[in-house]
Amino acid sequence: MSHATATTIPAPSYVAALVRVLKSFALLRESWVGMIGAGIVIFWVLVAILAPFLSPFDPLATLQPYAKPLTPFAGGGTFWLGTDHIGRDILSRIIWGSRTVLIYAPLAAFTAYAVGIMMGVAAGYFGGWIDDLLSGIADIILSFPVLVLYIIIIATFGASPINIILAITFATGPVVMRIVRGLVLDLKNRDYVAAAQTRGESSWRIMLVEILPNARGPLIVDACLRLGYVIITIGVLGFLGLGLPPPDPDWGGMINETRQMAMFAPHMTLFPCIAISSLILGFNLLADGLREISLRD
Amino acid sequence: MRRRAAALSGDSKQHCSQATESGYGASPMLIFIMKRLGFMVVIMIVVSLALFVILELSPGSVATKVLGPYTSEEQRNLWLEQHGYMQPLYVRYFSWLGNFVTGDFGESTRFKVPVSEVLWPRLWNTAILGFWVFAFMIPISLVLGILAGMREGSRLDRTISVASIITTSVPEFASTVIVSAIFVFWLKWLPGTSSMTDGFSFKELILPVMVLVIYDFGYVARMTRASMAEVMTTQYIRTAVLKGLRYRRVILKHALRNALIAPFTVIVLQVSWLLSGVIVVEFFFGYKGFGALLLEASLNDDIFVIEACAMVAVFVVVVGRLISDVGYQYLNPRIRFS
Amino acid sequence: MTSSSDIPVLEIQDLNISYYTRAGEIPAVIDFSLTVNKGETVGLVGESGCGKSTVAWAVMQYMGHNGRIKSGTINFKGRNLNELSGENLRRIRGSEISMIYQEPFAALNPSLTVASQLMEVPITHERSSEKEAWERSLQILSDVRLPDPERIMRAYPHQLSGGQQQRVVIAMALLSKPSLLLLDEPTTALDVTVEAGIVKLIADISRKFGTSQIYISHNLGLILEICDRVFVMYSGEVVEEGSIHSIFTWPKHPYTHGLFGCIALPTADKNAAPLKPIRGQLPLPHERPRGCNFGPRCDYFQAGTCDVEAIMMEPVIGSQATDHGVRCVRWNQIEFGTEVAHGDAKPPIEIGERVLEVERMQKYYEVHDRSIAALISGRRIKLVKANEALDFDARRGETVAIVGESGCGKSTFAKVLMGLECSTGGVLRYEGREIGNLPVQKRSPRQLGSLQMIFQNPSDTLNPSHTVGGQIGRVIKKFGVESDKVKIRERVLKLLDLVKLPQDFYLRRPRQLSGGQKQRVGIARAFAGNPSMVIADEPVSALDVSVAAAVTELLTDIQREHKTTLLFISHDLSVVRYLADRIVVMYLGQIMERGTTAQIFAPPYHPYTEALLSAVPIADPEVSKREIVLQGNLPSVLNPPKGCPFVTRCPRKLGEICERERPPMQMAAEGHAIACHIPLDELRKVEPVISVPEEAERIHARQEVGAGED
Repeated sequence: MSHATATTIPAPSYVAALVRVLKSFALLRESWVGMIGAGIVIFWVLVAILAPFLSPFDPLATLQPYAKPLTPFAGGGTFWLGTDHIGRDILSRIIWGSRTVLIYAPLAAFTAYAVGIMMGVAAGYFGGWIDDLLSGIADIILSFPVLVLYIIIIATFGASPINIILAITFATGPVVMRIVRGLVLDLKNRDYVAAAQTRGESSWRIMLVEILPNARGPLIVDACLRLGYVIITIGVLGFLGLGLPPPDPDWGGMINETRQMAMFAPHMTLFPCIAISSLILGFNLLADGLREISLRD
Repeated sequence: MRRRAAALSGDSKQHCSQATESGYGASPMLIFIMKRLGFMVVIMIVVSLALFVILELSPGSVATKVLGPYTSEEQRNLWLEQHGYMQPLYVRYFSWLGNFVTGDFGESTRFKVPVSEVLWPRLWNTAILGFWVFAFMIPISLVLGILAGMREGSRLDRTISVASIITTSVPEFASTVIVSAIFVFWLKWLPGTSSMTDGFSFKELILPVMVLVIYDFGYVARMTRASMAEVMTTQYIRTAVLKGLRYRRVILKHALRNALIAPFTVIVLQVSWLLSGVIVVEFFFGYKGFGALLLEASLNDDIFVIEACAMVAVFVVVVGRLISDVGYQYLNPRIRFS
Repeated sequence: MTSSSDIPVLEIQDLNISYYTRAGEIPAVIDFSLTVNKGETVGLVGESGCGKSTVAWAVMQYMGHNGRIKSGTINFKGRNLNELSGENLRRIRGSEISMIYQEPFAALNPSLTVASQLMEVPITHERSSEKEAWERSLQILSDVRLPDPERIMRAYPHQLSGGQQQRVVIAMALLSKPSLLLLDEPTTALDVTVEAGIVKLIADISRKFGTSQIYISHNLGLILEICDRVFVMYSGEVVEEGSIHSIFTWPKHPYTHGLFGCIALPTADKNAAPLKPIRGQLPLPHERPRGCNFGPRCDYFQAGTCDVEAIMMEPVIGSQATDHGVRCVRWNQIEFGTEVAHGDAKPPIEIGERVLEVERMQKYYEVHDRSIAALISGRRIKLVKANEALDFDARRGETVAIVGESGCGKSTFAKVLMGLECSTGGVLRYEGREIGNLPVQKRSPRQLGSLQMIFQNPSDTLNPSHTVGGQIGRVIKKFGVESDKVKIRERVLKLLDLVKLPQDFYLRRPRQLSGGQKQRVGIARAFAGNPSMVIADEPVSALDVSVAAAVTELLTDIQREHKTTLLFISHDLSVVRYLADRIVVMYLGQIMERGTTAQIFAPPYHPYTEALLSAVPIADPEVSKREIVLQGNLPSVLNPPKGCPFVTRCPRKLGEICERERPPMQMAAEGHAIACHIPLDELRKVEPVISVPEEAERIHARQEVGAGED
C-alpha cells in the first residue's frame, strides 16, 4: 500500500487467465488423492486419443475365440488380455471403448449441466412461481428411481446415442438444478449482488456474471462426481442391453455380452469391469481432491 | 448483519414456540405431514398422467404392443373397441386411473395373467432383498462414517474415505461380475444364480445382498463422515470439550445426535436408489424380483406391467421422501419446535 | 508468609505459541507473560490477529490440530497446565476454568435442552445427582437474571434470544464455581442494549463470586468498564500493560496512544478534532519487521534504535503510573502532549439545499401465513410493518445518521431508497422526484449513479470472481460516465487514487485484499458515478479500530470534497455522534426521536435514546455515564407491541396509555421531535446520560500529571 507509484497496468489478457487456470490445477499437488484421480483420468483420455496407435488389433475383427490372456496370436502379436467368445481382442476393444465412454459421458453430463444450471439459476434467483414450477418439475422427475426412468425412456423411444444423452439430461438435469438452486439462494443475498442490483444490472447479467462464477467451486467438484455417475449409467444401460447398439465397443455392452461366460472365462468380463471402475474411480478421487482443496482455502 | 438477522429470526421463532405451548399442540407437525401428503398425491397424479401420455397416447401402438406385431388391422381395432380405446383421451385416462387406484392394473401380455398377480409376489421378493441390504448397510456405513468423521484427517479417516471411494466407484454391474468370479468361479462357495427355484434359500441371497451393500455403503458412510466431521468442528462440540466432559460423552451425547440427522434422511432416500440397484442385480442373478420384472416388461413391451411397476416405484420413492422429511423435522428440534 | 490467597490464580510466563500451516510456522503469541490474582479482572485488548484469543485457547489447552505451545509455562494455582495429562486437564476444564464465547448461539448444542446442557456440568465434575443438578442449574439461571428459569430449562437454544443464550452460556460457565473465567468477546454478537445488560452481569459476577476473569475484547470502552488491569496486544506481543487507570490516563506506547486517537471519543469532532488513524496496516505474522513490530506504523520510529533487536517489556518508572509496563525502547523520550491524538482541523462542509425528503413513508411486507389456523380464521396475509410513518429529510453535504438495533428497519429503508423494494405509502422524494415507487430497473443511469451505497461486510461487498478494476469500471460504464475503454481505465485509476489505494490494485482480486482495502474499493465503487448522495450501511463496523478510523476519515474527506450527502446507518452512537449532523433514532420500524446531534445527545431524550446512550461503552475514564440497563428482549418485528413499540422495555413507561396508543410526535425544539407519551417538560428534567468534564478541567488535570512525571 505504500508504493502508490503509477505502475503501468498490463491489459488483462487471455494468457493471464490461462495461467490462473493452470495455477488452480497446480493446487492439486496439495492432495495426493486428487493427483491420483487426475492421473487416472488423464491416462484414459490419452488412451482414447491415441486409440489407433495403441490398439494391437482391430476391435471388431473376429480372430480367435476364447483365447486366455497372454495367448500369442498365430497372425502375429499377443492377446494381452485374451479374446472374447467370438474372438475379438479384449485389449483393443477396451482401448476403443474408452472413446465411446469419453465422448458420450462428457457430452451427456454437459447437456445435463447446461439444463440444470439454467433451471437452477432461474429458480434460485427469481424465486416465487418460477421456483415453484421448476422445483415441482424436478421433484416429479426425481420421484422416479433413476434406472426405472431410463428404462421407461429407452424402452419407449429406443436405444440410440441421442436418446441416451437425452435420457441422462432428463434424469440428471434436475439433480444439478437442485444443487445450483441451493448455491444461488445463498449467493444472491451477498452484498455484491445488491450492489449490482442497485446499479440497475439486468437479471441475466446478475445471474450469469455476478452469481454463477462464484458457484463454480462446488459445481466443478460435483461435475466430476456427476461424470462418474453418467459413466455408470451408460455402463448400466449397456449391461442391461439398452445401451449403444453393437458392434461398436462399449464397456458396459462388453460386460453384458460376456457375462454368461463369467463363470468359466472371467477374463472376458473382468477387464472391462476394471476399465470402467478405474475411470469412475479417477473422477471420484479427482472430485474428492478438489473438494479437499477448496475446503482448505 | 447476518448474525443479527439470525438473532432476529431466533426471536420470531420464540414467539411461535410460545404459541405452540399455548394450545396448538402438535399441529404444526400435523400440518406439515398433511401438506406433504397432499404434495405426494399431486406428484402421483402428474406421474400417472405422464406415464399414460408416454405409453398410451396412441391406441394403435398399444394394440400392437398388446397383440403383437403380426396382427391384422381388424384384430387390433376389435381389441381397441373392446377395451374402450375408442373413447376420448381424458375419458380413457380417468377410467385407467380409476382402475389403477382400485388395484386393477390390467393384464400382462407376457404372463397372460392380471398384472397384480405377478407384481405383488415380485415386490415382496425385492422387499426381502432390500431388507437384508439395509440390515447390513446401515450399521456398516454408520459405524465407519462416524469413526472416520470423529477425527478428521486421521489415518483411520483417510483409510475409510479412500476405501469408500473405491467401493462406490465399482458400479454394481461390475461388482456382480467380480464377486461371482471370486465366490462362484474360484472359491465355488456360493451359487451363481438366485432364482430360488427350489424354494427360498439364504445362500442364494448372499451375493445380491453383498453387491448392493458394497456399492452403497461407501456413499452413506461418506455422507455420515461429512456430517460427523462438520459437527466435530462446531463450536458447541468445543463447548462440550471445554466443559470437561469425557470424550465418550462428547461423542455420544453431543455429536451423534446432530451428526445422525443428515445420514438418516440419506438412508431413507436410499430406497429410491435401491429400486434402481435391484434391477441390475436381479437381472444378473436371475432373482425373481421387482427390478427384473420391470426390465423384462420393458424389453417385451409389456406396457401394463411397465405402468404398474413405474407407479409402484414412484409411490415407494415418494413415501420414502415423506418419511425422510417428517423424520428430519422430528429429529431436528430447531424445526420441531418452531 | 504468603498465604494461599496470595498465590496468583493464573501465572503465564514467557509463553510462545505458533501455528503450523502450509506456509510454515507462524508465531501467534510471542513472549507473553501475565498474572491474574484472585478476584481480579484482567483485560486483553487488541485488533484482530493480535493473538489475544490464542492466549485463552492456550490456557484451555485447546489449540486445534495445527497450534502448538512452543515454550513458557501456564501455571494455574501452582500447576503447569502445559504438562497436565488429558484426564487431569479434563477435570480442570469446566470446573476450575470456564470459558464464555463470542457467539452464544453457536456455542450451545442445538439439539439438547438447556437443562441437559447445564446439568451435565455438576454431574460430570461433582457427581451430583440428577435432582441436585437440576436444582443447581435452576438456581444459577436465576443468578444470571433469566426470568422464568423453569421455562428456560426446558427450552432448546434456538427458542431463546441472543441475550438469553449468552446468559445461559454464562450460567453454564459459573455452575461449578470456577476460580478463573475466560471471556472471549462475549458481547460482540449482541445488540447494544442487550450488551449493556450482559456487561453489567459480568461485572457483578466477579464481585459476587470472587471469580478471577480474563476479558478479551477489541473494544477499549468495554475493557474500561469491566477490567482492573489491561494488556494491550499488537501483532502477537503485549505492547503495554498496567492498571486500567494508568493505561487509560497515561498511555506510553505509541500504539496504545494511537488507538485512542482512532476511537470516536466524546472529545473528537469531525471538523475541529478529527480522528487520527494509525497509518499502514497490521503486518502479516510471517512478515513482521525486525525490532519493534509497530515500527513501520509508528510516528516516533527511530532507525537504528527501534529496528535493531527484539524489544523487551520495561517497567514505567518515575510517574504516578503504577504497575505499568511498556514494550518500547523510546518510551521516556516520547512526549505525547496532553491530549488524545487527533488529526488537523478540517473545514466544515457547507450544507446546501434539501436533497432527500421523506414524509410519512411506510414499507409493509405481506407475509403469507399458510398455517391451518390462518386458513380457518381467514387472516392469511399478515402485514409486517418494516417502516412506519418515517419523516425526515437530508440536505446537500449533510450527514444524517439512522441509528437503531437489529430489526429497527434501517436496512429496509435503505432498500427502498435504492429501489430494491417499493414503498407502500407516503412520500420519498430525491432531488425533487418521487422515487419510493420507482424500482431500480426504471431509474435512469443518471439517477442510479447519483444515489449509491456502501455496504457493511467487507468480505461480501466485492465479487470474488472479478478484478477490482473490472468491478469499478463496470460501474463507470453502466452509469454512462465514460464509455471509451481507455477513459474508463483512467477514471478507475483516478478513483483508486481517491481512496488511497495503489494503482496496481487494478488487476487484483478481492481475495488478495484486506478488509479495509475492500471497504476502500467499495467506497471507490460508490463514488464512481459522481453520486450526490451515498448511503453507508455500517461501513466500518466490521473493521478493526485503526483501519476503521482510516476508512471513516477517508469517507468524510471524499464527502467534504464532493459535497455529498451521506446517509449513515449505524448502531454505534459514538461513531454517529462523531460523524453526523443530524440523527434519526429508530426502533422496530418507527422513528423514536430525531434532531441535530447536539439535540439527541442532550435532554430531553426519548427513553430509548437515553438507554442507547447509556449502553455505548466509552473509552475515556473521565467521562461519566448514567447506568440504564433495559430489561427484556427486543420484540420481534413480526409481532410488535400495539402502542409504543418501546413499551415492553421502557423504564419510564407511564402506564396503560403506552400499551394502547401510538405516542404523538412532540416537537422539543426546531427540528427535534420525540415520539413519546411523556410530556416534554418531564423529559426535560432528565439528567444528561453522558457527562464530559469541561475541556479546561481535563487539560489541567493532564498537565499536572505531566508535571509530576519530570
